[in-house]
Amino acid sequence: MDSIVSAASVIAAGLAIGLAAIGPGIGQGNAAGQAVEGIARQPEAENKIRGVLLLSLAFMEALTIYGLVVALVLLFANPFSS
Amino acid sequence: MGQHISDIYSSSILMAEAEVGKHFYWDIAGFLVHGQVLLVIWFVIIILLSISFLGTSNIQQIPTGWQNFMECVLEFVTDIAKNQLGESFYKEYVAFIGTLFLFIFGCNWAGAIVPWKLIHLPEGELAAPTNDINTTVALALLTSFAYFYAGLSKKGLGYFKHYLEPIPLLLPLKILEDFTKPLSLSFRLFGNVLADEITVAVLTALVPLIIPLPIMLLGVFAGSVQALIFSTLAAAYIAEALE
Repeated sequence: MDSIVSAASVIAAGLAIGLAAIGPGIGQGNAAGQAVEGIARQPEAENKIRGVLLLSLAFMEALTIYGLVVALVLLFANPFSS
Repeated sequence: MGQHISDIYSSSILMAEAEVGKHFYWDIAGFLVHGQVLLVIWFVIIILLSISFLGTSNIQQIPTGWQNFMECVLEFVTDIAKNQLGESFYKEYVAFIGTLFLFIFGCNWAGAIVPWKLIHLPEGELAAPTNDINTTVALALLTSFAYFYAGLSKKGLGYFKHYLEPIPLLLPLKILEDFTKPLSLSFRLFGNVLADEITVAVLTALVPLIIPLPIMLLGVFAGSVQALIFSTLAAAYIAEALE
């Protein structure tokens, strides 16, 4: 692989996952905070809240995972490597 | 092009290593097939089949042992479908959604729990079948077919009217949605499973003892959550088509 291409790919992979982690991080923090608030207000609803929280956290996690997939493609299956 | 994680993090002895992009190719009737994925898929299928055989071979009025266990599993899977599809439609789709859940769950746990690294293949490695994008894309496309089938069988060609609702201006977005649904389904599952394996491999390369254990446990947990999410979303898409 061309050294410029590999350097650019590594930087791009780092940026892809780093930038993709910002939004979901904020979103997950909000969701978890609201869930804790909900449980504190209504402890008997804990089980229901936990289920919904886990599901929605996984949805937000998916956004970072898309960044990760792009990073993995750049590192392991780089289309510009030849 | 394939690379070894252990080449990047050179370390003396590795118990776990991840190979991305390397496959154990089988040539079946002119098609190149990823053999390591097929082997683990067959393993999972055999386990699922034998558990369901044990659960149904000696059915009694008062369930005990395996039958009890299988009834719990069926109830759980039925609940996933019922929550999304509602009382009146869920029965037809329990089989599909339940199969999705159990298969993905089995695949994820087979990758997370069974020590496949002890078995050496000439190339590639045995791992969770869901860490191959082909497996997850196949499952996601099946989901697409399922919700198109659901919509078309309930409303006939009138199903396509929903592309023009609420306003025809959104038509391109509605069409795009049909492509992004399987894309996000497959990438979500693939990325989560692969990310977990790579994290474990990197941690094992750095510190081989004890430290990777919590991450492996997280992998077991994440595997079950991803199976739940995939089947819930499939049910939600089908429900949306049935509306």
